[in-house]
Amino acid sequence: MSPHIVLRVGAKVLIPVILLFALYIQFHGEYSPGGGFQAGIIFAAAIVLYTLIFGLDAVQRAVPPVAVHLLSAVGALLYIGVGVWAMFAGGNFLEYKVLAADPHTGETAGIILIELGVGITVAAVVISLFYSFAGRTREQEN
Amino acid sequence: MLMGIFSLLAASLYVLLDAVDVALTEAAVGAGVSIILMLGALVLTTSEEKVHDAKHNLLALVVVLITGGALIYGTMDMPNFADPQAPAHQHVAPRYVQDSVDEIGIPNMVTSVLASYRGLDTLGEVLVIFSAGVAVLLLLGAGTYRRRPRPPRKRLK
Repeated sequence: MSPHIVLRVGAKVLIPVILLFALYIQFHGEYSPGGGFQAGIIFAAAIVLYTLIFGLDAVQRAVPPVAVHLLSAVGALLYIGVGVWAMFAGGNFLEYKVLAADPHTGETAGIILIELGVGITVAAVVISLFYSFAGRTREQEN
Repeated sequence: MLMGIFSLLAASLYVLLDAVDVALTEAAVGAGVSIILMLGALVLTTSEEKVHDAKHNLLALVVVLITGGALIYGTMDMPNFADPQAPAHQHVAPRYVQDSVDEIGIPNMVTSVLASYRGLDTLGEVLVIFSAGVAVLLLLGAGTYRRRPRPPRKRLK
């Protein structure tokens, strides 16, 4: 049993709050400061904290590297997809107001979707950077 | 650690300047993740520099001096700090401030500029982040795809 009981209990209390805060920053970004970039980083920071306390193996069972690498592309594709969707709906690339009957609804929907894409990409890229560094360290130790 | 303190102070400064979005980013990226990545990079390198032969590269010095001088010269034309007549505050900013709520329909102006008016720029940023991630994967390797026998792990309880 690991001796760092304070760290582990503290992290277990903190990590769900950090993840929840990241989602709040993500989806409340239209009304309060924040958005995809900040939410992605905060989400990744929670994963990094989990890795620091519980180790790379434990975190990679929960968040597999393959999924992270795929998600980093999925976010960017979601962003581009919204732009192309706007083109099919009769507007310009990334012109959200054609996405719904009401321009404000369209703008809001488009912004929420692209912010989600930004958040997914940022979180996935930061986690995969961290995996690369941490994975290298473990290889050297072996 | 100095980097972390610097980022935290910078984040506080941004809060004072009412740039809460930037402060949030600075606190999370500068004071949080980048320190961890820097420590990870430090672990990967050795603790001593490799010894090079002591020939100084004069050309490199000249290039660095000229580039630095040009950059400093470029700052001479910058408007004064918080100058309301600065070009950045004259061109499209008034329209964003006055019309963005009516045009976009969301109260956070920063989000509407970032995601809607400047949507293509933000797409570029996302692609830059994505390519940075891909570049690091190419340089360092994912490090995790290989299935190798692992020592039996102790259960975390």
